[in-house]
Amino acid sequence: MRFERYGIGIAKGMALTLKHLFRRPITTQYPEERLVTSRRIRGNELVWDREKCTGCATCAKSCPQGTIQIATSVSAEENKYVVEKFEVDTGYCIFCGLCVEACPYEALFMGYAYERAKYRRGELVLTKEELLASDERKPSGYARPKIEVTLPRQTLLLDRDKVRK
Amino acid sequence: MTVFDSGFGSSIGYGQTLPPDWPGGFWFHWGVFVVIILVFVLAMVMGFIYLERRGIGRFQVRLGPNRVGPFGVLQPVADALKVLIKEDITPAKGDKLVHWLAPVVAFVPVVMIFAVVPFQGGALLADLNIGILYVVAISSVTTVGIFMAGWGSNNKYSLLGAMRQVASVVSYEIPVVLSIIGVVLLAGSLSLSQIVLAQDIPFILLQPLGFLLFFIGGCAEINRTPFDLMEADSEIVAGFHTEYSGMKFALFYLVEYAEALAISAIITTLFLGGWRGPVLPPFLWFLIKVLAVFFLIFWVRSTIPRIRVDQLMAFAWKCLLPLALINLLITGIEVLVLPEALPWTIIFLNLAIMAVLIALWSKLFRLGGGRVEV
Repeated sequence: MRFERYGIGIAKGMALTLKHLFRRPITTQYPEERLVTSRRIRGNELVWDREKCTGCATCAKSCPQGTIQIATSVSAEENKYVVEKFEVDTGYCIFCGLCVEACPYEALFMGYAYERAKYRRGELVLTKEELLASDERKPSGYARPKIEVTLPRQTLLLDRDKVRK
Repeated sequence: MTVFDSGFGSSIGYGQTLPPDWPGGFWFHWGVFVVIILVFVLAMVMGFIYLERRGIGRFQVRLGPNRVGPFGVLQPVADALKVLIKEDITPAKGDKLVHWLAPVVAFVPVVMIFAVVPFQGGALLADLNIGILYVVAISSVTTVGIFMAGWGSNNKYSLLGAMRQVASVVSYEIPVVLSIIGVVLLAGSLSLSQIVLAQDIPFILLQPLGFLLFFIGGCAEINRTPFDLMEADSEIVAGFHTEYSGMKFALFYLVEYAEALAISAIITTLFLGGWRGPVLPPFLWFLIKVLAVFFLIFWVRSTIPRIRVDQLMAFAWKCLLPLALINLLITGIEVLVLPEALPWTIIFLNLAIMAVLIALWSKLFRLGGGRVEV
């Protein structure tokens, strides 16, 4: 940066700030407008696939917080494990994504949500049914390249055309 | 009292905008204009706070407050309500009386300035024949209030801020007054309404250097951002109002913006032709010019970073004061020698002189022994 005398530096600075007056503000009006989340986001909620899960509990072992509780029983007719209990306490979850990376059968995914504030601690615990995928709870592309390629390319900036609708 | 009486008589004398059946009684005139001035100052301060917060937001590519009311218009009202119900704390070892009196001593003189500011022809509380002298004298009293705040708080940051304020006002008062004298020489009167009437050409054209000096000095006196050392939050917490809360703090906040309003109104009156202007009604012209000056003030605030204490003092004594003296000398010579000259010759002569002087002083004047190179 060069130091400019004769008030030229000040004049340049004033012209620059004046230009800013006519730029669009970069503020995101949060509850009404939201930034676009990455398609590889390690979101706030896990998404669980009941069919693919074999109840091997690798996710529970990989979790540094001990957040995931899994209990299985043996089904003799089908000759496989049945997942009796699969609970995630998102109050402890640090969203490291290690469980998703560890899962050998690609049965666990990160989600998109990031607003998990609750009034009661108990509501933070997600049960088996709450963890299933649905239209509102889509799996994100984190550590799942097959899902990622199906998602559209995106910008992380505010999608103002979408907001206006 | 004699001064006031004669001034008061002349204010009714203009009478071009007061209604012809204006009773003109002393107490009636007084009462009406006191109410007008109080409402004007409070309303404009609210408007200024809103404008500045929104405006600086846009200068910084943000939005500014926009949640309370349509476009955030009610934000100053919400702030005022919040501040009213806050706890009022006095430091345990502070000087209680001084701490309590300081906001009042700081606030009252600022409102009193508006007594002599003409809103339109003849529409002013008191047309003192020493108007501008009164403004300079009364506006300095605010500094006493701020020093009382610094002293009464029993806090080193408060006292440091207050002492910086006193230092800057004492230094910057001199170039400000000297640039006012240039205007007074041209107008031939100290009365603000006479100065407005004398401005067939706005004095900013005849006194470009004087305007610049007055603007910079005025910004320094009201502690706008390039010179807001006394409440420099990165250095001394909040300066003199560190220990203030609740309504007392609100009064100081009010003082800051009322001072900005006062300096805008005085610049309008002295340099921009006051309420005079084509087509629109005079009061509207006055408002437009005041808002334009205030826009310039917060534009500067959003651009220029704060200067150091030594730079503050050096700038006043080494740069502004000599320039103000030279400006006064040149204006005196012009008034004596070229009274009949065409205004355009004088305008271009003055602009050329200003350019030469600024270039010269930029060359001569180095802050901090040349350590400013970045």
